[in-house]
Amino acid sequence: MKITDQEVRRVAELASLALRDDEVEKMAEDLSNILTHIEKLNELDTSGVEPMAQVLFDAEETATLREDRERPSLTNEEALANAPVSGSGYFKVPRVIER
Amino acid sequence: MRQHSISSIREGLLRKEFSAEELTREALEFAEKENPKTNAYLTFSAVRAIAAAEAVDRKIAAGEDPGPLAGVPVAVKDVIVTKGLRTTCGSKLLEHYIPPYDATAIKRLEAAGGVIIGKTNCDEFAMGSSNENSAFGPVRNPVALDRVPGGSSGGSAAAVAQGTAVVALGSDTGGSVRQPASFCGVVGVTPTYGRVSRYGLTAFASSLDHIGPFARSTGDAATLLAAIAGRDEMDATSAAAPVPNYVAALDGNVRGLKIGLPREYFSGLSAETGDRVHAAVEILKKLGCEARDISLPHTEYAIATYYIIATAEASANLARYDGVRYTTRSASTGTLTEMYRETRDEGFGAECKRRIMLGTYVLSAGYYDAYYLKGQKVRALIAKDYAEAFKQVDAIVAPVSPVPAFKLGEKVDDPVAMYLADIYTVTGDLAGIPCMSVPCGTTPDGLPVGLQILTRHFDETTMFRVADAYERAST
Repeated sequence: MKITDQEVRRVAELASLALRDDEVEKMAEDLSNILTHIEKLNELDTSGVEPMAQVLFDAEETATLREDRERPSLTNEEALANAPVSGSGYFKVPRVIER
Repeated sequence: MRQHSISSIREGLLRKEFSAEELTREALEFAEKENPKTNAYLTFSAVRAIAAAEAVDRKIAAGEDPGPLAGVPVAVKDVIVTKGLRTTCGSKLLEHYIPPYDATAIKRLEAAGGVIIGKTNCDEFAMGSSNENSAFGPVRNPVALDRVPGGSSGGSAAAVAQGTAVVALGSDTGGSVRQPASFCGVVGVTPTYGRVSRYGLTAFASSLDHIGPFARSTGDAATLLAAIAGRDEMDATSAAAPVPNYVAALDGNVRGLKIGLPREYFSGLSAETGDRVHAAVEILKKLGCEARDISLPHTEYAIATYYIIATAEASANLARYDGVRYTTRSASTGTLTEMYRETRDEGFGAECKRRIMLGTYVLSAGYYDAYYLKGQKVRALIAKDYAEAFKQVDAIVAPVSPVPAFKLGEKVDDPVAMYLADIYTVTGDLAGIPCMSVPCGTTPDGLPVGLQILTRHFDETTMFRVADAYERAST
């Protein structure tokens, strides 16, 4: 399976990664190698096999629901403490809407 | 510190040979002195450790039970959050991150009297098999300093092997506890999926992530697991199954247990590793285990399956590192979208980018059925292989890694080769069964080899019994 530079750039955009040109080339090579190995799965006929979407779940679907009650959560100050930029009780990001 | 076990510390404390505070100060001093050799720790937590030790001493003075981990110096992998104590996940993005809460495993560990002395180095966001993907430099294997300690929990394995901590916590998604345990010559345990709450474990691949203990003996690993295991309402995937008294079951008697040797795990194994594993099997037979050849026919598809599922889940879980809430932010100015993209490009290392890209690709429009759905189906086949095998045997015994610890830099440029070396460990995670590595001697070069033991869901007891009986017979 060969991945082109163009496909790498498309996937990078989906993944919100601004890959540099030299990274794109290496990524195309690495992904091609890994996907070639992954093609091995095509040897297996999996028609009729249920996908394993849960690891362990023999209980009722509602078994893990807890009582819906109010409980303390992080304070505004705690929630913002690790933000690179914040102010007036909010996370700050570059302007999105022009006035 | 090197000689201590959980029980020797307990005895020393109760006999007043030393206080928890004295022991903690000694542990911190030793760990800080030894750290330049291995780079196992990223952060030391002296203030928190002394406070925890003082609490243990107060309990003892008051005649109260100080808990099953009383005064035990513990190292914690830096992907498990600790309130007020920096948690980097081995990433530049979280270099300054101070979590506002404790993981459930941390709360339980401290409630049991454990003393966290520091946070350990690891591959960035637990992605790697050599600890060379840390933004804070690689960890060196204390057994052979020119070699890797394994990964991704390399710092925790090295800390226990070096004796700077008595036990440690790591996390395992595809072998990240068992493989470094085998490389460093310590015990490493991946419990059943859901056995230990992941609340506060930084998510890598949620259907595969486990928290697991490291120790220098099976008994200590079992004691630590018992202290942190059990249902937690903060993690909906944590299991309600009761946690048995593992240590009480360790009587050295494994007579009549049926152990399976999967033939797929003994081909493609280096001779030096194979010899040690076969010798361990002979000891188990002498102890009265009945060995049977078994087959796990889908083993050869495990790496492909794992790297689809793990990366798909990672691409979603790592989307949160965007320069807004808790990561560093790129200094380049631009639009919001550009800020996200630049922050992530500058912040993530090469391996994380590779996995985010692969995961995004396999989930992208038009490819979902061919990759992710196919992977989930093959995962079901791999889990079924184990279910069938456990109809015939009580435990499966196998190698952990096809090779012992390799040299730093040896595999770093060939990601596929690095992935393929995870062949014997990813299967246990895919099936969600308990599995562990117990040291089974060294190669002619003196490098440790691990014996892997796997059992049925929630049957950690049988796994520990086999490991403990082997330990008693081999030492």
